[in-house]
Amino acid sequence: MKKNEDLLVINDLKKHFKINKKDTLKAVDGISFTIKKGETLGLVGESGCGKSTVGRTISQIYEPTSGEILFEHEDVHGKFSKAEVKQKKRDIQMIFQDPYSSLNPRLTVMEIISEGLVIHTPDASVKEREQQVNELLELVGLNKSHSGRYPHEFSGGQRQRIGIARALAVNPQFIVADEPIAALDVSIQAQIVNLLKTLQEEKELTYLFIAHDLSMVKYISDRIAVMYLGRIVELTDSENLYENPMHPYSEALLSAIPLPDPKMERSRVQILLKGDVPSPIDIPSGCRFHTRCPRAMDICSKLDPAFVERQPGHFVACHLHDEEVMAAEKNEWGSVSV
Amino acid sequence: MTVKMKKDVNPIDSRLNHLTEPPDELFVPAPLDRDVSEEIMTPSISFWQEARERLFKNKGAVFSLIVLALLTLLALVGPAINEHSYRSQNIAHSNLPPKVAGLEWLGFDGKDVKGNDVYATRNIEENYWFGTDEFGRDLWTRVWKGTQISLFIAVVAAALDLAIGVLYGGISSFYGGRLDNIMQRIIEVLVGIPNLIVIILFILILEPGITSIILALVVTGWVGMARVVRGQILQLKGQEFILASRTLGASNARLIGKHLLPNVMGPIIVTVMFTIPTAIFFEAFLSFIGLGLQAPLASLGVLIEDGYKSMRYFSYKLIFPAAVISLIMISFNLLADGLRDALDPKMRR
Repeated sequence: MKKNEDLLVINDLKKHFKINKKDTLKAVDGISFTIKKGETLGLVGESGCGKSTVGRTISQIYEPTSGEILFEHEDVHGKFSKAEVKQKKRDIQMIFQDPYSSLNPRLTVMEIISEGLVIHTPDASVKEREQQVNELLELVGLNKSHSGRYPHEFSGGQRQRIGIARALAVNPQFIVADEPIAALDVSIQAQIVNLLKTLQEEKELTYLFIAHDLSMVKYISDRIAVMYLGRIVELTDSENLYENPMHPYSEALLSAIPLPDPKMERSRVQILLKGDVPSPIDIPSGCRFHTRCPRAMDICSKLDPAFVERQPGHFVACHLHDEEVMAAEKNEWGSVSV
Repeated sequence: MTVKMKKDVNPIDSRLNHLTEPPDELFVPAPLDRDVSEEIMTPSISFWQEARERLFKNKGAVFSLIVLALLTLLALVGPAINEHSYRSQNIAHSNLPPKVAGLEWLGFDGKDVKGNDVYATRNIEENYWFGTDEFGRDLWTRVWKGTQISLFIAVVAAALDLAIGVLYGGISSFYGGRLDNIMQRIIEVLVGIPNLIVIILFILILEPGITSIILALVVTGWVGMARVVRGQILQLKGQEFILASRTLGASNARLIGKHLLPNVMGPIIVTVMFTIPTAIFFEAFLSFIGLGLQAPLASLGVLIEDGYKSMRYFSYKLIFPAAVISLIMISFNLLADGLRDALDPKMRR
């Protein structure tokens, strides 16, 4: 497997929702990133920052307002014949957050998992399908004798595994995992994350892992993107993000992770952000984060910082790391003091 | 017990003193068989099986189900039990009180309000179970014929409500946006006009008859169903299993047929069950104010209207159709109530 090949390229993706004649909700407002074959990109951020919208736009539930999503160098939302659209949908699958609403309560597990098979290989016989579903059930660690049961008979973790089996049924290359562990118990979370990891190795899958639990994201992701109010503010290797966060928002997020050692925990310094996330309907001028940033400067409210690669493989959108801006800022201070 | 406790000042400390900790190598991971731990022991039942069980536990619902089955059976075979038809007149046998051999103690003794045995004085051999009306028509036949027609009108009206309501509500909510907006405004206009006025105007324009009554009931009746269906589908549309189906590439037909409709079925059934008694009531009301079926056709409303005119002397003419319509209304409402409880999605997740 060529690890360095780009599987998914996202260019200046925007997704705006019209609320009424005047207001639009800018859920995703110009983000760009690439995901390489076989890697896991973690996407973290507060609730309401547009993480799920990114996932849903990639998996073609939403049409993007502008920008492009290139999957294997082809635009996912371009104009295609029906068969091509079907194939594209097959390649990108999704795992959902709430295991209670992501399974149709009136269908059996067999019907739920085989839905993708029915849609994409309508010619297969019932026996073949049953065989495949049983294999999938075993793959995700469920008893195949349970295929005739209804979703309400399963626990949260089991339901989530049914959801994973449903996504895997159509042999996708890319899976958008939209907070797959947020609704589960901690012990079950580890089970599911480990299952996702093993499946990735076995089936050479690529993941976009959306979450707000930073420690879990670090465990599963190769790289992590931090989102704030519809934009990606920092994108780097997961190790690097934890050791060397460059954006003040990432610093604040990381400082919120509790430490398991009570002595260390007592001396942990938390960066408290003031205020709430601004409304995505009325986005602040300049840098979106300046209203809450502990290190905001004058320029932050005027100029939107570019999302630039400041260190190799480390992208960040912040004036603090822009030497020109910092120099100008220093000069200004100098002139005031004289 | 208490004496023993007092001897040890601190039972935990004393126990720790002469108990050494077990060595580490004695700790072995407990065998965890996934197949055993994830076994589901309860028998698998589908939603409908469970709903049926819950419905049968509800005594009122079971009772009304039996009553409705009996009434329907009587409505179908009742008119054919004796040789009279609902329209055959026999003036010689007019205004006979009810008489059933063996049930005299219950009031079926063929005596009028003054206590005279009418059958004896008029020398009539035959027994009329529910009596006769002023033209000598057999009321037993007419009551069951009327029940038949009333039920028919109600069921057809409810079925049309169902078809139009599900289609309208489904389209409105599934496609959403501007279309939904326009369709809902149309509904609001319809709801804004008092439906009694619409129904009466409708009957006045069309010839009174079964078809016109059904049409009049349907003209405004489907609105409730459309709203129920729309609300349910709007709620379901955002659920993740619909999104999952979309990412799998399901067609709209599949989404509607496999995912949306089966999940809306419960509220639809409940709404239908509440629509039927309302339709029966409206039909009776229309007949009662003289806008309903025309003689010699009988519906429960027509019979009540006839009986009410001579309520004082021939109260049996009013009592039988009134009792039947009351039973139907109560039973349908009880059954619908039971169904609502049995199908309530909040009772299960």
